[in-house]
Amino acid sequence: MYKILKKEKIGPNLNKFVIEAPLVPKNYQPGQFVVIKVDEVGERIPITIAEADKDKGTITIFVQEVGKTTYKLGALKEGDAISDVVGPLGHPAKVDKVGTVVTIGGGVGSAIIYPETKAFKEAGNYVISIMGFRNKENVILEEEMRKHSDELYIMTDDGSYGKKGFTTDELQELENAGRKMDLVIAIGPAIMMKKVSEMTKQYNVKTIVSLNSTMMDATGMCGGCRVEVGGETKFACVDGPEFDGHKVNFDLLIKRLSTYEKQEKQALDSYKGCKLEE
Amino acid sequence: MSGKKQMAPREPMPKQKVKERIKNFNEVALGYTEEQARREAGRCIQCPKPLCVKGCPVDINIPEFIKLIVEGKYNEAARKIKEDDVLPCMTGRVCPQEDQCEAQCVLGLKGSPIAIGRLERFVADYEAENAEIEAPPVQAKKNKKVAVVGSGPAGLTVAADCARMGYDVKIFEALHKPGGVLVYGIPEFRLPKAIVGREVEALKKMGVELECNVIVGRTITIEQLFEEGFDAIFLGLGAGLPRFLGAEGENLLGIYSANEFLTRINLMKAYKFPEYDTPISIGKKVAVVGGGNVAMDSARSAVRLGAQEVHIIYRRSRQEMPARDEEIENAVEEGVILDLLVNPIEFTGDENGWVKKIKMIKMELGKEDDSGRRRPVPIPGSEFIYNADTVVIAIGQNANPILLDATPQIKKNKWGYIDAEARNGKTSMKGVFAGGDIVTGEATVIAAMGTGRNSARAIDEYLKSGKW
Repeated sequence: MYKILKKEKIGPNLNKFVIEAPLVPKNYQPGQFVVIKVDEVGERIPITIAEADKDKGTITIFVQEVGKTTYKLGALKEGDAISDVVGPLGHPAKVDKVGTVVTIGGGVGSAIIYPETKAFKEAGNYVISIMGFRNKENVILEEEMRKHSDELYIMTDDGSYGKKGFTTDELQELENAGRKMDLVIAIGPAIMMKKVSEMTKQYNVKTIVSLNSTMMDATGMCGGCRVEVGGETKFACVDGPEFDGHKVNFDLLIKRLSTYEKQEKQALDSYKGCKLEE
Repeated sequence: MSGKKQMAPREPMPKQKVKERIKNFNEVALGYTEEQARREAGRCIQCPKPLCVKGCPVDINIPEFIKLIVEGKYNEAARKIKEDDVLPCMTGRVCPQEDQCEAQCVLGLKGSPIAIGRLERFVADYEAENAEIEAPPVQAKKNKKVAVVGSGPAGLTVAADCARMGYDVKIFEALHKPGGVLVYGIPEFRLPKAIVGREVEALKKMGVELECNVIVGRTITIEQLFEEGFDAIFLGLGAGLPRFLGAEGENLLGIYSANEFLTRINLMKAYKFPEYDTPISIGKKVAVVGGGNVAMDSARSAVRLGAQEVHIIYRRSRQEMPARDEEIENAVEEGVILDLLVNPIEFTGDENGWVKKIKMIKMELGKEDDSGRRRPVPIPGSEFIYNADTVVIAIGQNANPILLDATPQIKKNKWGYIDAEARNGKTSMKGVFAGGDIVTGEATVIAAMGTGRNSARAIDEYLKSGKW
């Protein structure tokens, strides 16, 4: 069992957990993820590692409540434990000094873009960060990101905080202003990564995205996470999770993410129903 | 055979009735009763030079354990098998005996061979149910540590053998439950998971340590295992990378690798959704591509999940199917339809991306290929459209890249598997041995156990002599 040492509610339906997982931090590098399973009957889901502490043997993850599994996790308290944590998984992010790097985080994707932003800054890059959220209540990691970015722009869909609009709107403004961009890293909902990649392709700016396809074992064994990159089938878990955004077939990714829509809704409804009865 | 001993027929295996078993995941074959086992054992003529043993990849003393059954000494019979095979509950169930020990049995010349597998299963189950399973005697501690990577049949065998020889053994398993393919691959109706659990517990009683959720190559590297004080490492990772056809449209929704399909069902218990959280999607018409045991397991699972029609699509004929006859017969009994000499070439779907149709081509058999089977050749112009809303691709495995990418010192062969010496499992990295599917490519449970057995012997020699 893996103990929850800290739990912090940082937004509506968004929690930060510090979990005891002594083996995971040992070889961790930014860009990698864990697979967790909440309890005996639980499913296995991939979650990106936001931070890992080698000395304490802990990892930090941000989890948005969207389905039964993440709601079950959200209902746990400090001191509770989850049944399984395995990782680190996937290839680490390639962090080099390339000049000006724009890191774009959408929603809970900001939790993933954060360790990479930090790593790119530490590697000597000029880092411009753009973070997009639904509204003010959902804004996370602003201070942390500000600390590791040369410029930070926050966007909200409704304009309740930062600027009103999407991350791509700010990206467009940077482009319009003739700003130099050597590399864009975009992590967030598939649709956001798609939009960013479409835009940067026009301007010929290399773009890396982190794909969140459905995974089970996450060791290459099941192939459930397969994605198309440059016309070839790749496994997001062992070949990724990061890929060249200009080559990813996002429409296929978005469709494949909907595979279990019905079952997910059924599971969540019955879970919430049970909770109401309690 | 002469005179007085009239050959009795082989005892049939009692099975769950078809009508019932297609609605549950319980074991299909129910196992012999004591009377049946003794009757069947009584057919053995106790050859002075038993050929059956030669057919066994781990040289089980078959006549001896059968004799013990005749004498009613079932526990002793089980222990006799365990001298050579640490997992008789499993091999009795899933070994292809008809190609191994039973194929050699002289009774097979004139009638049917002794049902060695069924007898093996009988004594192993008998011991488990009726006796305190004795941990086999463990030799004096040698104060050397052996790491076993993977808890499938190869790993469990190495762990048991090394523990018996007095080594401190620790198994590292990537998934959250031990057993490897025995747990995620082979369905409950063929190998109840409680049995795997029982065998793992027996290993723990022998002092073997087990840690799940460790991916060697990522969570910890081979070098780090040596730094932590392990003296030898055995790699029994399994093949672990599903092969796809490479056909257009293969990433449509509703198309699974057999690994994913079976893991969702067996390991994650998707057949109990929503009691268990992992979902599976099953259409009205399921097409399983492939002709091996994994294809049969997938098809029979689909039947149990309520598919209206389940088809096996195989590019050769019934005769070339690599699956065990018994499994093909079970599948057909359960209503699985065999579509032979056809091959999928393209999948097309609906507007939401769900698979709906398969473009197929008819095949004919040409000359023999390397495998000794006649090569399937497409018949030009024979394409036709076939409907299916769930597809399972069960055409084999490639080598999983995680550990091998992280450990370039371990040489691979031209197929990407670990290049290890056949007789001892030695790899190109000092102190590292390998066996099972990651060396041989996809094979049987007993073949993996055989390689594990050889490696355990070699590990002992290496740790005693220090010579590589």
